[in-house]
Amino acid sequence: MEDDAPVIYGLEFQARALTPQTAETDAIRFLVGTQSLKYDNQIHIIDFDDENNIINKNVLLHQAGEIWHISASPADKGVLATCYNKTTDSRVQACAAVWRMPKELESGSHESPDDPASTAQTLELLCHLDNSAQGNVACVVWEPMGDGKKVISLADSHILLWDLQPSSSQAVLASSATLEGRGQLKFTAGRWSPHHNCTQVATASDTTLRGWDTRSMSQIYCIENAHGQLVRDLDFNPNKQYYLASCGDDCKVKFWDTRNVTEPVKTLEEHSHWVWSVRYNHSHDQLVLTGSSDSRVILSNMVSISSEPFGHLVDDGDISDPEEHHAEKSKEPLQDNVIATYEEHEDSVYAVDWASADPWLFASLSYDGRLVINRVPRALKYHILL
Amino acid sequence: AAAAAVGPGLGSGPGDSPEGPEADAPERRRKAHGMLKLYYGLSEGEVAGHPAGPDPLDPTDLNGAHFDPEVYLDKLRRECPLAQLMDSETDMVRQIRALDSDMQTLVYENYNKFISATDTIRKMKNDFRKMEDEMDRLATNMAVITNFSARISATLQDRHERITKLAGVHALLRKLQFLFELPSRLTKCVELGAYGQAVRYQGRARAVLQQYQHLPSFRAIQDDCQVITARLAQQLRQRFREGCSGAPEQAECVELLLALGEPAEELCEEFLAHARGRLEEELSSLEAELGPSPPAPDVLEFTDRGGNGFVGGLCQVAAAYQELFAAQGPAGAEKLAAFAQELGGRYFALVERRLAQEQGGSDNSLLVRALDRFHRRLRAPGALLAAAGLSESATEIVERVARERLSHHLQGLKAAFLSSLTDVRQALAAPRLAGKEGPSLAELLANVASSILSHIKTSLASVHLFTAKEVSFSNKPYFRGEFCSQGVREGLIVGFIRSMCQTAQSFCDSPGEKGGATPPALLLLLSRLCLDYETATISYILTLTDEQFLVQDQSPVTPVSTLCAEARETARRLLTHYVKVQGLVISQMLRKSVETRDWLSTLEPRNVRAVMKRVVEDTTAIDVQVGLLYEEGVRKAQSSDSSKRTFSVYSSSRQQGRYAPSYTPSAPMDTNLLSNIQKLFSERIDVFSPVEFNKVSVLTGIIKISLKTLLECVRLRTFGRFGLQQVQVDCHFLQLYLWRFVADEELVHLLLDEVVASAALRCPDPVPMEPSVVEVICERG
Repeated sequence: MEDDAPVIYGLEFQARALTPQTAETDAIRFLVGTQSLKYDNQIHIIDFDDENNIINKNVLLHQAGEIWHISASPADKGVLATCYNKTTDSRVQACAAVWRMPKELESGSHESPDDPASTAQTLELLCHLDNSAQGNVACVVWEPMGDGKKVISLADSHILLWDLQPSSSQAVLASSATLEGRGQLKFTAGRWSPHHNCTQVATASDTTLRGWDTRSMSQIYCIENAHGQLVRDLDFNPNKQYYLASCGDDCKVKFWDTRNVTEPVKTLEEHSHWVWSVRYNHSHDQLVLTGSSDSRVILSNMVSISSEPFGHLVDDGDISDPEEHHAEKSKEPLQDNVIATYEEHEDSVYAVDWASADPWLFASLSYDGRLVINRVPRALKYHILL
Repeated sequence: AAAAAVGPGLGSGPGDSPEGPEADAPERRRKAHGMLKLYYGLSEGEVAGHPAGPDPLDPTDLNGAHFDPEVYLDKLRRECPLAQLMDSETDMVRQIRALDSDMQTLVYENYNKFISATDTIRKMKNDFRKMEDEMDRLATNMAVITNFSARISATLQDRHERITKLAGVHALLRKLQFLFELPSRLTKCVELGAYGQAVRYQGRARAVLQQYQHLPSFRAIQDDCQVITARLAQQLRQRFREGCSGAPEQAECVELLLALGEPAEELCEEFLAHARGRLEEELSSLEAELGPSPPAPDVLEFTDRGGNGFVGGLCQVAAAYQELFAAQGPAGAEKLAAFAQELGGRYFALVERRLAQEQGGSDNSLLVRALDRFHRRLRAPGALLAAAGLSESATEIVERVARERLSHHLQGLKAAFLSSLTDVRQALAAPRLAGKEGPSLAELLANVASSILSHIKTSLASVHLFTAKEVSFSNKPYFRGEFCSQGVREGLIVGFIRSMCQTAQSFCDSPGEKGGATPPALLLLLSRLCLDYETATISYILTLTDEQFLVQDQSPVTPVSTLCAEARETARRLLTHYVKVQGLVISQMLRKSVETRDWLSTLEPRNVRAVMKRVVEDTTAIDVQVGLLYEEGVRKAQSSDSSKRTFSVYSSSRQQGRYAPSYTPSAPMDTNLLSNIQKLFSERIDVFSPVEFNKVSVLTGIIKISLKTLLECVRLRTFGRFGLQQVQVDCHFLQLYLWRFVADEELVHLLLDEVVASAALRCPDPVPMEPSVVEVICERG
């Protein structure tokens, strides 16, 4: 069973921001934001044709500044939010805004023009999420199951919940909370939990993980010293409501049960440098993807703490032959292991993410602008499915 | 005429049957023969036709039975010539004469005999007649005597009867007298204390009294006797109970009581109860010595006292019991065994309590001697009371103590290790406070190693006492096998080495998260210690152990190689952790310095930033520290080719006034192309890679971590023109001082190049500084 070779796409600029187009459920589409101080920054809409193994791209200009973080609305394919740096004379200001892409690009399949510079289209600004008093925005997260009307932004030590007006033309600050403590505390990352009716958000700041209730904007749990050094990213298990994964500068990936904040459930130490990004697969939460500045992407199989610890559960109707079923179950390996290490990148990998339309496909982005699209090995895919 | 002469001659010959009356006899005999032959199935002809032997029926045979003179003569006349006839006649005459003379001789000889025989017979006839007369006389005399005798016995009859009766009465009377005197005699005996005599009397009288108890007088005697006997028994019991009368007298009492018919079972009980009393006294006196307060006598004295008092007493009791109640059979033996078991158990409990107090002590030799005495003393009762299993329990206790001793030593070793680590910590902390030169790391390492080794040796020596030849339990299978291999080798030595490794590894795991708790120097020192163990110490210690304790046990033991591998792994982890911790310290410094500065509005660089000097200073300090414990290690051979290439890329770019082509304002594609091409030629750098056991490798690791951090931090910032120039200056400074520490200086160049390139990328207005100015600033700073 030969696995398909990875597909590589090169951007001209440095890049850190990557997101799947969350609202799109049919096509495999990723959005990549570039970082350039000297040229107009771009958002590349990468369409991947799974059958022909071909990439189609469309480029949108993002003239506001270099993009540090990008996230797509879960409800509207055309809406996305970016965090960008605005450089004025001697100041760098990190802002956030919600944008709409041109209608014809929403669903991709647009033949890419030969000369990108001439026909590059611009994003339509819907609204700014900035409040300069609150400081630099680190990231913006959408309410995962909602109608794309709620957004949280993390700015320095503030966590801000915005309500987007219909047509998204204006953002109203609904509520906010501030991190209090010694020294200058800054949020580095945040994720919105898909469980509990989307009322929980987890944030990372320095070495600490915190859980917040969006209704009262109060802290609900706090994992002190979750990592030995800075926590870079975190993600919620989409199928197990109390489980989340975090990664950081101590080269570790840790899995937490938020009901027990003293000890991680599991710790992975496979990377040889800081781990910048961790992502659960949306449907098969045993598959965990991590990207690190050692230029590697690692796909791990965390069966033992997944929602399917005994492999894929067969529906009752399928169990025609109980013995066969039993035998199949007994051979199921329960070991957590690294499935594959992808070494296509030459520079630090700052972002990895799964495609929203295909659970077996993921993209990783390294600083030198290389986007690599990979698939879960077929053998494992069939093993999970069958 | 000759024939006629021959006929009567032959006929009168001895054995020759008369001719006349038996003339027809051959006929009958032949007939009879014929019938017999017929019966046996032999035909006449067959017999006749037999050629061998002369025919017995031949009438011509002179000596044959059926000789017929006529036939013979006829035959002679018919067959023989004259001369032969003449010859035969002479022959025959001669034979006849010889026969005649023979016959005459015979007659003469026998005649004398006949005459003497006749004489004898006549004489006998005379003698018999005389004898007959005398016999007649004897018969009459006998008749007379019989008569007299009958008369005498008739007269004596009744007197005899009376005498017999009188003798019977006399005997009876003597017995009665004995009986009547019995009570007084018994009393006297009892008074005199001659219990043995009394018991014998009583024994003799008992049956009689029993038989005649229906007679009132006898009954009285019996009652008296019973009273006295009871008293006797009571006195005996009294004596028996009196503790002062040692075991032999007691034994006598018991013997007498048994003879008195006291129930043996009860006596057993009483005997044992009595013995119990005495032994319990011993036990309680031992317990009193034990006391709540610290024991005054040492353990040796204690076991001595216990051995002499209790065990000796138990021996005596057991011996006496077995002698006295041997008849009781297995039930009695069981009782004794149970008794010994119970008391022995209590004794053991006491001994164990005492030994437990000794556990904390350090004097092994005293303990071993005490155990030896204890065990030795118990071997005697062990032989006597095999069923009670005292010897086994004693051995078990000794084994248990030995095991506890081992674990105590293990604890001691662990504690010693920890305390030596504490000493090291203090020594590491001290010099900074005192301000004067403390002991160097190498000295500390030597101290720790030697103190641990000496502790191990001390422990081995004191544990070795358990297996000394003169110790009575050293030949038990436990001490010959399991104790040596599982206990000492595995439990103590291997256990200690393992725990040492674990303790050392725990420094990597727990507090290392925040990097602070364990001083890095300690990590380094431990790593070197483990490495030393791996290379030499482990095999030395194990060889020492194997030599001292000739391990005969076949049970599997941990091979040296496994332990060495563990130690090496520990050393490696410690060193890697050391690299991480030190790298983290420098990284944090660099990170803070990058994060906290406003790079956009910084002034033109005049100096190398202080933090970079700090980094170089710290790295030098680490270099010195590691150098104290680890060898230099191999640097990558500075093949002029490669070093020139990298260096030229780095410096030539400056000389041309272009810092690096990557940020010249050309097409953006060039940037990627160049950095990618550069990367194609360089190997991937594993930042947190495992380190080797040498100084260069350690420092390479630390510097890699630090520079990679610098790179990542720089990428997160935006730089102004002067910010970039400052980075340029800083990197050049680092480049000047760091290359000497690493295995491959190309690595430093690569990383620093990348830092500068990244800073340039993050600068909207990249104008690099003149390389000559950079060099001047660096040289000045």
